[in-house]
Amino acid sequence: MPTTVRSLALRLLPKGTEEWRTETINIPVFVVNSAKGFYDQTLASAPNPATGKPDPAKMKAFLAAHPEAFKAMAIIKKAPISSGFADSTFYGLDAFRFVNATGDSVPVRWSLVPLQPFVEEDPANSASADKNYLFDALIAQINAHPLQWRLSVTVGQPGDPTSDATLPWPDDRQQIDAGTVTLDHVSSEATGGCTDVNYDPLVLPSGIEPSDDPLLSARSAVYARSFTLRAGARRDKPPSAITAQDVLAGGKQ
Amino acid sequence: MSAQQPRFSTFSRLLHWLMAVMILAMLFIGIGMVASVSERYQVLVSIHKPLGVAILVLVVIRFLNRLFNPPPALPDTMPPLMRLAAKASHILLYALMLILPLVGWGMLSAARYPIVLFGALHLPPILPHDLALYAWLRPLHTDLAYLLFATFLAHLGAALFHGLIRQDGVLSSMASWRGTIRGN
Repeated sequence: MPTTVRSLALRLLPKGTEEWRTETINIPVFVVNSAKGFYDQTLASAPNPATGKPDPAKMKAFLAAHPEAFKAMAIIKKAPISSGFADSTFYGLDAFRFVNATGDSVPVRWSLVPLQPFVEEDPANSASADKNYLFDALIAQINAHPLQWRLSVTVGQPGDPTSDATLPWPDDRQQIDAGTVTLDHVSSEATGGCTDVNYDPLVLPSGIEPSDDPLLSARSAVYARSFTLRAGARRDKPPSAITAQDVLAGGKQ
Repeated sequence: MSAQQPRFSTFSRLLHWLMAVMILAMLFIGIGMVASVSERYQVLVSIHKPLGVAILVLVVIRFLNRLFNPPPALPDTMPPLMRLAAKASHILLYALMLILPLVGWGMLSAARYPIVLFGALHLPPILPHDLALYAWLRPLHTDLAYLLFATFLAHLGAALFHGLIRQDGVLSSMASWRGTIRGN
């Protein structure tokens, strides 16, 4: 089973100076619901220098101390993993608020639902030594035809948890089809513009506001710090695993 | 010592004390926000940006006001070295009040963060999207803020020295709100 989280980040630029940045990942709920939880999880899952693997006892202790993470992992494990980027659903996870002109607001979460048919991951692929198979497949697919996702906005009801990203909302909540995301070309990390942008979840246009989810502030603060560190270490950055030539060639064949 | 020291104009004193409160608040908000991952972070950031812009606007007004309302001369009893220190520290204070908000605005521009004042009200970027520039400006913003805090402490120390030790009327030329100045 693949253990690396897949991500799709978007930068939406409506007319004028406003901007909306959102990062979505391929798990239906987040593993922790607080900055402290994330910190504890990071320590617990750090590889032991001797074995190169996380210490199971530490992970067990983490899950005992964080029952919300234990429950979230059960939900995450039940969700099937797709064969690639193109047929994966990506979830915004954190709750936000949509606010109208008179100041009324509703809690929302959003996700990107692929129009490409879902095919479950072949365990042989994720077990293979080729670490770039997802990228190579994406390049080939996008060269063949544009890839599309529906931007699906889930409207919460009073009482739905907005401050805890480990808890799913009930399945029967209203879903609004808010548009279609079309990706029609790819570029290498080396030549694309994504590494120069901080996908800060608090970069929101007017009308979308943060909820009381504590992860939003934590992510924004930590992303800003790591973005600054990355900007300062730009020259030390290793070359991208997928080069501009790979993209031009349609992926490693 | 009797102080026949003239006062700063009312408008100058208003500007001084208003900005003193804003800048001191700004320094602590800045230090607080970069040290926080809690919900306070987004509250402090959302205050930091419009407050910085307000300080930038006020410092421009203050420059203009200084041209029309020159500060009172320092007392003759001040030794030359002390005069030089007073002059230099005031130039530094003014320079930092102007440069710090501009560096903040510039670094957000170089990183291509939207510069949000309130809701849909944004400022345009003043520098190109350039991460090397951002990597240089971001620590500069912090370093200059510490320098401003140090200069503020020196300024406060000097003001107390004038008011409590030298008693030469320099402190009351800015701090007194009485209708008439009485010699101290």
